Amino acid sequence: MSDHDYRPKSKVGQWFNDRLPLLTLANHLTDYPTPKNLNYWWTFGGILTFCLITQIVTGLTLAMHYIAHADMAFESVEHIMRDVNYGWLIRYIHANGASMFFLAVYIHIFRSLFYGSYKAPREIIWIIGIIIYLLMMAAAFMGYVLPWGQMSFWGATVITNLFSAIPLVGEGIVTWLWGGYSVDNPTLTRFFTLHYLIPFLILGLVVLHIWALHVPGNNNPVGIDIKKPSKDTVPFHPYIVIKDGFALLMFMIVFAFFVFYAPNILGHADNYIEANPMVTPAHIVPEWYLLPFYAILRSVPDKLLGVVAMLSAILILAVLPWLDTSKIRSAVFRPLYRQFYWILVADVLILGYVGAMPAEGLYLLIARVATAYYFLHFLVILPVLGFKEKTLPVPLSITEPVLGGSPNLAAARNRESKIE
Amino acid sequence: MKNLFKLLSIIIVIIAPNSYSFAAEKVEYLKTDWSFKGLFGKFDRASLQRGYQVYTEVCASCHSMKYLSYRNLAEPGGPEFSEAQAKAIAASFEVTDGPNSDGEMFTRPGKLSDKFVMPYDNVKAAQAANGGAYPPDMSVLVKARGGGVDYIYSLLQGYEDAPSNVSLDDGVYYNKYMYGNKIRMAAPLSDGLVEYGDGTNATVEQMSKDVTTFLMWSAEPHLEARHQMGFKAIVYLIILTVLVYFSMKKIWSRVESEV
Repeated sequence: MSDHDYRPKSKVGQWFNDRLPLLTLANHLTDYPTPKNLNYWWTFGGILTFCLITQIVTGLTLAMHYIAHADMAFESVEHIMRDVNYGWLIRYIHANGASMFFLAVYIHIFRSLFYGSYKAPREIIWIIGIIIYLLMMAAAFMGYVLPWGQMSFWGATVITNLFSAIPLVGEGIVTWLWGGYSVDNPTLTRFFTLHYLIPFLILGLVVLHIWALHVPGNNNPVGIDIKKPSKDTVPFHPYIVIKDGFALLMFMIVFAFFVFYAPNILGHADNYIEANPMVTPAHIVPEWYLLPFYAILRSVPDKLLGVVAMLSAILILAVLPWLDTSKIRSAVFRPLYRQFYWILVADVLILGYVGAMPAEGLYLLIARVATAYYFLHFLVILPVLGFKEKTLPVPLSITEPVLGGSPNLAAARNRESKIE
Repeated sequence: MKNLFKLLSIIIVIIAPNSYSFAAEKVEYLKTDWSFKGLFGKFDRASLQRGYQVYTEVCASCHSMKYLSYRNLAEPGGPEFSEAQAKAIAASFEVTDGPNSDGEMFTRPGKLSDKFVMPYDNVKAAQAANGGAYPPDMSVLVKARGGGVDYIYSLLQGYEDAPSNVSLDDGVYYNKYMYGNKIRMAAPLSDGLVEYGDGTNATVEQMSKDVTTFLMWSAEPHLEARHQMGFKAIVYLIILTVLVYFSMKKIWSRVESEV
């Protein structure tokens, strides 16, 4: 990029940088030209980095005291809560941190959907993001199993049983996953191992995600390509650093409220009952952030097709850059897409709601309609919309709308030509 | 942004009243003032001590509390018995220890470091003594029930004669707050069942409140520390947020853009 000519001032700095250009990297990160019109929906990238680091640090500390054994896991969690110094704090941060992480990632994903950040030339950033999201779900699910409460055990039983839907080899795969003929100690120890591994995979992918971002640079609310650096950009430091910091602090206040005043509100009471293979809970529900996909799974009457539908609901996102045929990125200039976008948001929230309800009667009907609409949005509405929609005129640069000029292509062109 | 708020408010209006609708026969729990709720919530020390008395004289004959130690009774944020009192409480229990140098198990008086002595040796023994039903461990009981403290408080006062259309087997009782209304535990409390040392009148309502408070503490022994730290943390964050906000405004005033 533009900062190849960077040279450290000190002799030592030059000596080091010639051998390992870390200082060039640091310089690139601080000078990185960022669109100056980014709104607060763009601060969630930084917030997510914070969430990941928080989960890793608290997780490492918990792992020092946790015992991954079916007979001792539940007790060791109570030991952390009672006898480890500030163990209650570390565990509540970690447990609520997972929810905060998903809250932030959903906002981050829906921001991308609104402003078309997944479109060319940012497809790779988007696909890496979807892989991170998949790994997050795997990590969160396995983490929820570790306290070895009733929901841990039965959640693990339900989810691992999904693999039995695979024709011919399904049963064998499930036995292989369990390490036995039911969810038991071998399942717990391997889940612990994987739960420990996945965050570091995510960390590596986050580096790639940011690397891929720094090639084309940030999208922005107007969704146009901008010249970098120019009047449309500000250096990342201090402008974006302080803005991200401010947003992060607001986020931390919400986070702190959950940790200190409602630490169990997002969990399920049954998980404070030690796992008992002989007693099935009345309702087995996953954590809130997996509910929309749980609703999709249950809305299909056939087990195999249900699993296929659930997986497709996530994987369809990976091909989104090619399903959305519109050349215009930002929904600001797409009046019809904007409407459909909000319908999709409502649809996903409804799916989450019915996912928490028993799969029967009206709830099941709503789940089926919402599932059908979810796929309709991506497979039919988006491709067609790109051809049919009359988009609004897009400005040539960010500075135009910011300086009070109308987001009008003709007006912008006129002004440009006058300047020339 | 307006759209977002509109949407959120619609969703909340739709969802909020229905959230718990799947427990169709759900009844309103009895309410009482819990001193430990709210930003500065603390336990009522005297109530915790009375609650311990109810637990140990009534509940503990069937319900274990295996994650607590006698030392917890003297720790800050709990019933805060004096160390001498906690030692005396511990010593009043027989604890099996060993093996000694002869390879024999032996019993000795309890110490502060011992876990609460369990009423039964194992789950099977507990079931055998209670008509097949296992009295759940009480350490985290209030966190393990949907309605939390309100549910436990109500349940203890929820025993009634069964309506005529409900038939009960032997050893099963009717309780209007129990899930399915049938419970294997006979009404555990009756007026004057324990004699409080501080002269408080031991009504069923009073004992229910005291023992539920004790169970809240046993499930969340660091609740007071959590509330205190939470207040400090949030005040600190708010002050820092305001400072960072003004710094941000100052820095961004250099460019022609809104933050």
